Amino acid sequence: MEKIRGRVWKFGDKIDTDVIYPGRYLKITDPEETAKHCFETVYPWFMEKAKPGDIIVAGKFFGCGSSREQAATCLKYFGIGAIVAESFARIYYRNAINLGLPIVVCPGITRHVEEGDIIEIDMEKGVIKNERTGEEITFTPLPDFVLDIFRKGGLIPYLREKLVDKTP
Amino acid sequence: MTIAEKILAKASGKKEVNPGEIVIAKVDVAMSHENGRMVKKAFEKIGIKKVWDPEKIVIIFDHRIPAESEKTANLHKEMREFVREQGIVNFFDINTGICHQVLAEKGFSRPGIVLIGTDSHTTTAGAFGAFSTGVGATDMAGVWATGEIWLRVPSTIKIVINGKLPPGVSAKDVILYIIGQKGIDGADYRSVEFHGETVREMSIASRMVLSNLSMEMGAKVAFVPPDEKTLEYVKARTRYPYEVVLPDEDAEYEDVWEFDVSNLSPQIACPHTVDNVKPIEEVEGIEVHQAVIGSCTNGRLEDLRVAAEILKGRKVHKNTRLLVIPASWEIYKQAMKEGILEVLIDAGAVILNPGCGPCVGAHEGILGKGEVAISSTNRNFRGRMGSPESLIYLGSPATVAASAVEGKITDPRKYLGGK
Repeated sequence: MEKIRGRVWKFGDKIDTDVIYPGRYLKITDPEETAKHCFETVYPWFMEKAKPGDIIVAGKFFGCGSSREQAATCLKYFGIGAIVAESFARIYYRNAINLGLPIVVCPGITRHVEEGDIIEIDMEKGVIKNERTGEEITFTPLPDFVLDIFRKGGLIPYLREKLVDKTP
Repeated sequence: MTIAEKILAKASGKKEVNPGEIVIAKVDVAMSHENGRMVKKAFEKIGIKKVWDPEKIVIIFDHRIPAESEKTANLHKEMREFVREQGIVNFFDINTGICHQVLAEKGFSRPGIVLIGTDSHTTTAGAFGAFSTGVGATDMAGVWATGEIWLRVPSTIKIVINGKLPPGVSAKDVILYIIGQKGIDGADYRSVEFHGETVREMSIASRMVLSNLSMEMGAKVAFVPPDEKTLEYVKARTRYPYEVVLPDEDAEYEDVWEFDVSNLSPQIACPHTVDNVKPIEEVEGIEVHQAVIGSCTNGRLEDLRVAAEILKGRKVHKNTRLLVIPASWEIYKQAMKEGILEVLIDAGAVILNPGCGPCVGAHEGILGKGEVAISSTNRNFRGRMGSPESLIYLGSPATVAASAVEGKITDPRKYLGGK
């Protein structure tokens, strides 16, 4: 996998799925359209200031709450490069992997990175480099099985390859 | 092994599994609600025509019923056509109830099975001893295609609850207290098992509250070990096989949490996180504009009964509106037979049709700017029920009913022979 490089937007702890993607938009299932409503209710600045390729750095338990996949879809189709957090809620974590949205569990990350920093993530080696400070922060890479889903671009292409493309 | 380990070992064809290991488990029940449409779209992208087993897929409409918008109406229509095409017989339309309640009533929630749902509160079926957890739509598309799912074997926390619950204090107060103590990520990725005399004494409905709300401390699955009460309920309702799975005597737990609830006060989760929990004594007196009794957490018969007990012969405060949403039509009908609905209507409540109602902020009873709600539902996140400038306090159905009477957050114990 290629390294992911981008500018950081910082969020606090316990950013829940209602905050990431409001319930009133659950009827929207078109991924491109979900991308118009990221953080809309509580952090309206995000849609104005953030750009595709940017990286979200968050505190503990990012994505807690509902299983709504739109909370991961919206950020993926907005073009967010990766989400790095101290920890994630489990359903959000799975959703991101399944959609091929790069996700990194990196305890301590919020102490090493400030808003506006440019960071570079090596998902395979488990290293984040902060270009401002030159610091290298390490994390445990995803388990091989999961990284494999990720290398294929998510669960759907992974399954398509396994179930359909390989059928003679 | 713990319950989670034993079920996952069986479901993945292994003798033994250990926490941290990734297994591919066979799924017994695959449940989706309106978001089945997203599952369908992902499923179609895989390129397979037929779902793996139409008998094992359950679709239950509950989030926005009847349709609140044209978009939802189209979505419902598309899904009705899909279940017909695929031969999915276990389809429950807008006239059934909230998915987690319907799963129980229709005999899908049962001991020893793997139940996967595209809804976070799928942990509810753990009250029947099922390995039951929530996933997103893409994960479910994989299940529809293969009948399998990858799962990391969770470590288990044993929660032991002892003591007789005081009058006016219920399972909701117990689990809110635990979440308050342990935090919103206190059980993140873990399996939890509820043991102890308090849990054994609890009704099935109350046990469902424990398993349901365990999600709000991050639990992946939340078991109440099945006993004779479980089997009595399940036997009467299921036509599918099940197997009681109990933890081994020498099961290894990551942690043991012990609680004595004999002096517990009613508990309130204050805005904007479910772990911001305070005893009622610290919150009493806050004015409320909307009181809500319902949801997959607390819309069952015993919840409506206690509300009626408090509201009988009384009126909802003039500055407050009370919304009541029975969790299913089975409950609705029984509440009608028992005269509960009449008591609530006479008190000034608005009875809504069974479904998620205002809990998810998409339909029926949205909060306005600056409004305050007391609710028996499961989440108080900022903006969840409407305006980002509204406040949601979570409590038991008894606390909500008492608060509706007084127009402010009120200790229900004085209406129920307690302190």
